[in-house]
Amino acid sequence: MDVLARYMYYVGGAGLILIGLYMVLAKTNLIKIILGLSFLDTGTHVLLVAVGYVRGRTAPIFSEGVPEATPVVDPVPQALVLTAIVIGIGVIALALGLAVRVYRHYGTLDVRQIKGLKW
Amino acid sequence: MRKVLALLLVLAVGAGFCAVLAKIPFGTDKVDVANHYMRKGVEETGAGNIVTSVVVTYRGFDTLGEVTILFIVAIGLGAVLFVEKRPAGEQKEEASLIVRTGSKVLFLPIILLGVYIFVHGHLTPGGGFQGGAVMASGFLLLYLAWPRHRAGRRTFSAVESLAGVAFVAIGLLGVACGVGFLGNFLPLGTRYALLSAGVIPIIYVAIGLKVGAELAGVVANLMERE
Repeated sequence: MDVLARYMYYVGGAGLILIGLYMVLAKTNLIKIILGLSFLDTGTHVLLVAVGYVRGRTAPIFSEGVPEATPVVDPVPQALVLTAIVIGIGVIALALGLAVRVYRHYGTLDVRQIKGLKW
Repeated sequence: MRKVLALLLVLAVGAGFCAVLAKIPFGTDKVDVANHYMRKGVEETGAGNIVTSVVVTYRGFDTLGEVTILFIVAIGLGAVLFVEKRPAGEQKEEASLIVRTGSKVLFLPIILLGVYIFVHGHLTPGGGFQGGAVMASGFLLLYLAWPRHRAGRRTFSAVESLAGVAFVAIGLLGVACGVGFLGNFLPLGTRYALLSAGVIPIIYVAIGLKVGAELAGVVANLMERE
């Protein structure tokens, strides 16, 4: 329990990634698979920001009230996650567009009924 | 069978996560790269928001690639969802009076908030991507309220192209002034003032307009086809 509390953000991020992975692999509805991709994305973001966190420090934004000697957390993972969120939006949007196209062509979103998408 | 296989793979990946994350202590100082940004960032770039200076200055080229990816997504979505002839007699229901009136009242404040967020990207939390997303949500509200109208597509692509060209042009101006691609060739100005930090606010305004127009175009594409 103590370990779980100490590594809560790691557990949450990795847990979201694993849930997303399971959804992508096991679900048969295309929309649910895309939702799984979104879970994977979110989990990665949580994990990255959690790795960059340093206990007892504040956000990496200085101003007149926050002098530059203030200890702050690692800004690099935050910048990376900023990038990753935007790319994630792009991936989800394009995947949804393809799902619309698949539905229009096959009349179903169930991958079991679509030839060429089986595994 | 498939679910069992999937579960096994998930468990294997989970074991991998446990093995790796056990080696990374939570909440301790780990890297040295960040220390330079934290100590010298404000001095070198003039931006109070260190995340902004990493995104726009230290990793500016990366951000250009990211904006390009978003551009490709917008184009790809347009291509994937393109239909030559839309079915005749396609009826779309008008939204209720509350939604229509509310969208009229809220649209301008939403755009204003988006502009505020990306103009202050170098001083406060937020920046071009966040402000652009807020602006696009305003257009989403308009499309929800008036589903039959499809105004603004041309404007979106024009704004998007102009902002993208402006971003690259600022980068090339840096080369012309001898500070390198996307380097800062303007004075840094007073620290923590709105007009400071050299090219960062200009680049973030370009990114904000570009992202806003692109996401609004994506929303328009997804909303239009049934």
